Amino acid sequence: MNALEVLAKINPVAASGAVLVLVGLWGVMAKPNLFKIAVAFSVMETGVNLVILSVGYIRGRTAPILDSAADAASASARMTDPVPQALVLTAIVIGLAVTALMLSYAVRLKAGGGGSSIESYGEEKW
Amino acid sequence: MMRKVLVTLAILGFALALLPLAYRAGVQDRPGALAAGYLDDAPRELGAANVVTAIVVSYRGFDTLGEVAVLFAATAGVGAMLTKKRLGPDAASGRGTPATEVLRTATGLLTGLLVMFGVYIFTHGHLTPGGGFQGGVVIATAILLNLMSRPESRLSHGLMTGIESLSGAAYVALGLLGAIFALGFLDPRILPIGRVGSLLSAGSVPLIYSVIGLKVGAELSGILEALKGDRE
Repeated sequence: MNALEVLAKINPVAASGAVLVLVGLWGVMAKPNLFKIAVAFSVMETGVNLVILSVGYIRGRTAPILDSAADAASASARMTDPVPQALVLTAIVIGLAVTALMLSYAVRLKAGGGGSSIESYGEEKW
Repeated sequence: MMRKVLVTLAILGFALALLPLAYRAGVQDRPGALAAGYLDDAPRELGAANVVTAIVVSYRGFDTLGEVAVLFAATAGVGAMLTKKRLGPDAASGRGTPATEVLRTATGLLTGLLVMFGVYIFTHGHLTPGGGFQGGVVIATAILLNLMSRPESRLSHGLMTGIESLSGAAYVALGLLGAIFALGFLDPRILPIGRVGSLLSAGSVPLIYSVIGLKVGAELSGILEALKGDRE
């Protein structure tokens, strides 16, 4: 098996999602700035969403919406899996709310005079 | 140094754990039993052309109610944390740069269109990709444009709270009507399910998604206004 065949087997959506998860993980662990940590969480979340979506994708099928490409009779033979899509729809909204909350904690800490680096909160360590 | 090694090790471990997914994701050739059931039943039982909407609003409607509650809690947290009192008096000062001509003109042109597009997205959630959450976000972008073009302007807090609580109450009321007149909590078949693909179909799904859209729009607008940092 040569390199091209190996590459052709990779699911591009899952692979890019995995890369985003790793980038986000690196940001969360290696960056001291609270705002950058919040953004890194958001990047990681996008990656997780892409991975979940790619699991439900079925090659050659259409979106789970009835139209001229798939009618009610052939729905389960022509459509992709709708359950991961519904899960991701929920996850995106919750992710947005959690990102807003994280950022406002960071703003609040900075306004309280604590600085925006996580190093300045050493005594709150668990 | 020690930390860098640990971070590298953790990332390598995660990469190793994610590697099989890059090869195995999406290789199934048919949906599982649950998904196939949803795909076959959603148009027949509920009259919804968009199966994802049928799952989010009806089959797993209870989860969506919880999701809306989480969004509400996060909005309340952001609003409580970013007040003028907590941020200090000079937190919001020093950014009085007036908006440019381009932004002000574009805001005037786009506000109506964006609100109309948001309403279109959440009223057609059972027919096309989209729904209450997406429509609400589009409406919040109209509010964001207005807040950016006139930084000194305020949203009416009473109006936002009113929209939010009324639509939340309407959501729960529609759910309870489903429990009384149909088969269970949030069952959309309290209204006729109609013909698949028409605007007035899928029972109360368009109504539920409309109140979700209003609620999400009001909540996100509240978050945007709180992030300005000059709330009393």
